[in-house]
Amino acid sequence: MNEIIITTISITGISAIFAFLLTLADRTIGNYGEIELNINDDKDYTVQGGSSLLSTLIDEKIFIPSACGGKGTCGYCKVKVLEGGGPVLPTEIPFLTQEELDDHVRLSCQCKVKEKIKIQIPEELFNVKEYFATVEVLEDMTSVIKRLRLKLPEGEEIKFKPGQFIQLKAPLYEGNDEEVYRAYSIASAAEDKNHIELFIGYVPGGKCTTYVHKHLKVGDTVQINGPYGDFYFDDESGREVILVAAGTGIAPILSILKHMREKKINRKARFYFGAKTPEDLFLVEYFKELENELYDFKFIPTLSRVTEEHNWTGETGRVNNAIDKYLTDSENKESYLCGNEKMIATMVEALMEKGIPEELIYFDKFD
Amino acid sequence: MIELNPFIIFFAAIFTNNMIFSNFLGMCSYIAVSREIPTSLGLGQAVTFVLTCTTIINYLIYHYALLPLGLDYLRFIVFIISIAAFVQLLEMFVERYLPNLYYALGIFLPLITVNCAILGVSLFMIIRNYNFLQSIGFSIGSGIGWTLAIVALAGIRQKLKKASIPKGLEGPGITLIITGLMALAFIGFSGIVQIQ
Repeated sequence: MNEIIITTISITGISAIFAFLLTLADRTIGNYGEIELNINDDKDYTVQGGSSLLSTLIDEKIFIPSACGGKGTCGYCKVKVLEGGGPVLPTEIPFLTQEELDDHVRLSCQCKVKEKIKIQIPEELFNVKEYFATVEVLEDMTSVIKRLRLKLPEGEEIKFKPGQFIQLKAPLYEGNDEEVYRAYSIASAAEDKNHIELFIGYVPGGKCTTYVHKHLKVGDTVQINGPYGDFYFDDESGREVILVAAGTGIAPILSILKHMREKKINRKARFYFGAKTPEDLFLVEYFKELENELYDFKFIPTLSRVTEEHNWTGETGRVNNAIDKYLTDSENKESYLCGNEKMIATMVEALMEKGIPEELIYFDKFD
Repeated sequence: MIELNPFIIFFAAIFTNNMIFSNFLGMCSYIAVSREIPTSLGLGQAVTFVLTCTTIINYLIYHYALLPLGLDYLRFIVFIISIAAFVQLLEMFVERYLPNLYYALGIFLPLITVNCAILGVSLFMIIRNYNFLQSIGFSIGSGIGWTLAIVALAGIRQKLKKASIPKGLEGPGITLIITGLMALAFIGFSGIVQIQ
């Protein structure tokens, strides 16, 4: 018994001595004092030096997208560091292209604020805010996809463009020992500024999807921040709209369609929804209703793995087959795609073959 | 045991009892960071420095705190804590006062915390009953021996870039085979002196 107590006390004591030394070193060696931070040649901040640029910006309520929470593994938190960031670290190089390196782009989670620093970030990021939203609806759309409707706190609003995304924080829970942020496209209409709707597909072992699918309940509070993203609907172009999605990729497309309805945008639109079997389709009735409500809208679900038992009378095969069939010319058209990397690559190729210029094919790609 | 001269231990730790080739310690960073000579040399220097400092710290902790209090059975955990804390302190110091070295080594410093050669040397020093000077000779020699091994491997791997290697053996596969061949070559030194 005595041995256990002595061992515990000794280990605690030795750890405490080292912890004390490290704290002391952090206060002295690691203390860089107050540092000037300039953003976009416009806004000046005085910040406490020594932390990463990402956490310094978060302290100033400026949110940079970061799915891994600053561990240098997602490569999302890119900002232009024009002065004072030090050399590019080997941990950043795998995430930066040569063009980005030449353009002084850095991963803000790896770059430390140690001297006067000057950075450039998109103006929209100043719009990004953090919200503690309440879960209003959490329902199954398919066996693996849930619809999550969140209500923002009283008096708070979110301003976003249809197609953009937010980040949802997965807190610590049993089986998850780290807080992570994951990006999800917004499915609600931009006009509904008090709510956020998301479609979240279950990924086995996924920290955030497990949180939503297995732990979250109606009435719970979740932490989100946003909006982010340069994939959004062009209100002004006047072109015919080709929308393509698979699985949870439906979210930004839904937001675009809701926006078209709310704003009474009278443009021809076609929505190709790719799935494997009828069980993977959802919101079919909703899209059918939209066909009546929107100016000239057609919903074209396409199934790739149907058998005779399914009694499916709609389109079959991959989405590009349906595009081949219905898209006759490329004149005055633009396209919005959302889905996995492979689907996006195939669709971009198919649309370009049809003559749609690459710059008019917008996409939101996810893993 | 015959009282060995610290210099003999120093040379033996480099050649006859090389940490990599005779004990296979510190293999993960040895394989992962041996693609280029400059980076492996950087890591080797950092390992040698940390190894020497932590061996001294651990020697003092063991002989002046753990042994007198009858707590020598705690050496594993205490050595791990002291190595981790030292590397963290060192990282803070280098980052603040030697920025150029930090940018050259910064990425490798945290890696060193989990380099088992560092813990291995501290434990061998206890098992083999080395005195203070012998421990220092052993730690510096082990660090240099580890550096020699990783730099030699990096040199071979740079040459190998131009070789056509069967697909399945590329990367760590061929590296382990080369390490085995190098270990065989180092057996040639083993007749000179043995320290264990």
